[in-house]
Amino acid sequence: MKETPLSNCERRFLLRAIEEKKRLDGRQTYDYRNIRISFGTDYGCCMVELGKTRVLGQVSCELVSPKLNRATEGILFFNLELSQMAAPAFEPGRQSDLLVKLNRLLERCLRNSKCIDTESLCVVAGEKVWQIRVDLHLLNHDGNIIDAASIAAIVALCHFRRPDVSVQGDEITLYTPEERDPVPLSIHHMPICVSFAFFQQGTYLLVDPNEREERVMDGLLVIAMNKHREICTIQSSGGIMLLKDQVLRCSKIAGVKVAEITELILKALENDQKVRKEGGKFGFAESIANQRITAFKMEKAPIDTSDVEEKAEEIIAEAEPPSEVVSTPVLWTPGTAQIGEGVENSWGDLEDSEKEDDEGGGDEAIILDSIKMDTGVEVSDIGSQDAPIILSDSEEEEMIILEPDKNPKKIRTQTTSAKQEKAPSKKPVKRRKKKRAAN
Amino acid sequence: MVTQSVRSARGRAEVIIAATRGVGAMEEEMHTDAKIRAEIGTGCSPRGPGCSLRHFACEQNLLSRPDGSASFLQGDTSVLAGVYGPAEVKVSKEIFNKATLEVILRPKIGLPGVAEKSRERLIRNTCEAVILGTLHPRTSITVVLQVVSDAGSLLACCLNAACMALVDAGVPMRALFCGVTCALDSDGTLVLDPTSKQEKEARAVLTFALDSVERKLLMSSTKGLYSDSELQQCLAAAQAASQHVFRFYRESLQRRYSKS
Repeated sequence: MKETPLSNCERRFLLRAIEEKKRLDGRQTYDYRNIRISFGTDYGCCMVELGKTRVLGQVSCELVSPKLNRATEGILFFNLELSQMAAPAFEPGRQSDLLVKLNRLLERCLRNSKCIDTESLCVVAGEKVWQIRVDLHLLNHDGNIIDAASIAAIVALCHFRRPDVSVQGDEITLYTPEERDPVPLSIHHMPICVSFAFFQQGTYLLVDPNEREERVMDGLLVIAMNKHREICTIQSSGGIMLLKDQVLRCSKIAGVKVAEITELILKALENDQKVRKEGGKFGFAESIANQRITAFKMEKAPIDTSDVEEKAEEIIAEAEPPSEVVSTPVLWTPGTAQIGEGVENSWGDLEDSEKEDDEGGGDEAIILDSIKMDTGVEVSDIGSQDAPIILSDSEEEEMIILEPDKNPKKIRTQTTSAKQEKAPSKKPVKRRKKKRAAN
Repeated sequence: MVTQSVRSARGRAEVIIAATRGVGAMEEEMHTDAKIRAEIGTGCSPRGPGCSLRHFACEQNLLSRPDGSASFLQGDTSVLAGVYGPAEVKVSKEIFNKATLEVILRPKIGLPGVAEKSRERLIRNTCEAVILGTLHPRTSITVVLQVVSDAGSLLACCLNAACMALVDAGVPMRALFCGVTCALDSDGTLVLDPTSKQEKEARAVLTFALDSVERKLLMSSTKGLYSDSELQQCLAAAQAASQHVFRFYRESLQRRYSKS
């Protein structure tokens, strides 16, 4: 679907409001929207809501052979997908620009910052390493996808547990989660992206723009930082020109914000850990608020299936017996059989490519015998009788039989209707008309 | 065509097993559950009671962009559905007298494959049977499903989520529909709403889509070996279970739209 264009009056309204230091949702300049993190029952599954923007993250692992030039390091793979439910404009072919930009930024933020210790993912150097795959799905687009996605990615990675593996000499033992508790990944630091939207030729900025603000902004600055105030990635897009002290100011703000968000993440992880250890209920079902009228829960419901057997037998007794449809397979050649009749060829009349050229010896000559369906056209199967094929008596079927190499001359004299074609061995050519060429 | 003959006697069914290949490739489990929840639907013999559906939860209108959205949870299986429609349709895809329905199912890990395509088609056929497309010709109705977690009975959960999302979007339908999965294990015990462990160990897994007016069958997708009397038993059990699911729908909608 095409994106609904932003009307001029809405644009003007937003810009005027921003000039007067007002945001539509009532936030201050440096305020983030509410962040809500919930975990699923599997390890490595989390859902992050930044205001109304929602991202689902899942981490999975697999044992693979390492890259040739990095034999002792594990492999990290990040994939952010803009689901079609996130916005009507996100169609499979259409979002490539935005998608590439977001994916690249995410990769730079997480991979190049070396937040995950890839050396610890090595099992047997040069042979087996863990490949960690992070899949992020954007479920609802209300602005600032990159922040939500980076939070979801790092939370999912911190939450994930990989199966325990032990190496004894040549033997590698992979333990299932039941045998040995799975092991968390080794994470050095947590880089989180903070976005700044610029307005009025780069003089005014807003933190965490929502979708409307993103549409009217002049440019975007994304700073990825961890709580130790180390900048992991910085990217400015949109063509705005920023002054040095603006960038420094933004990085200071980012430092404060990242500290707050990291604290929130750690608290959420700790809560989940506690609930799991105590054996309480965890998962997405628990994160559905009970008080909302749009949410409803029902406990386990027993079903009385005592009468199913009687019901079923009644139905079978009343039903007609299944029609006896028996058909024996028709053996055309060893290895080629036919059951049933098939449908008539609906390709229509192809151009009759009547190439009766001389094959010159040795070329793969394929003789195609088509026996027509009962459409009234004369069926000449005189020739086919000489062909070494076991045919059934149902000669009204259209069928293409591929023959191995044959001597062209010999066939020509035999068949009055067979047509020779120079074609690669595996391609059948359909033809409808037969030439009654007298040879 | 396969020759099949069935003899059934009252009280005891002697069957010659007819092999039926169900739709869809082998379902692979994405992960093994770290902890298997205790709320497993207990198995029951067809003779006695004991089947149960897992804990259900549904939340509607949770996404702001789609016209309708719903998150449906069955035990640990969770699917999020978003519906856009009736909306603009590409000229190449438009149908002159009814709405074009499109269903998109995205797995959690990896790219969508053949299994997702076949499930999309099953869900689409079910939705097309109930949606009154002729009221909105030359428009498109898109249902996007995202698997949030898979712990058994995924197709049934997708169907339920799709139905709730369509209701939330206000798409006109002639009936509601629900999905129910049954699993038959090696000694013929019927289990409703199986977990992924039960599905893996089962001899046959059958999923049915039933409509709410007369609980008739809209779609069935089966995998494994079963006799036709077992098929009828599973269908009858699914119809009994669908009553509970429709009651759940009704109560959740009542809660939402009631004035008190």
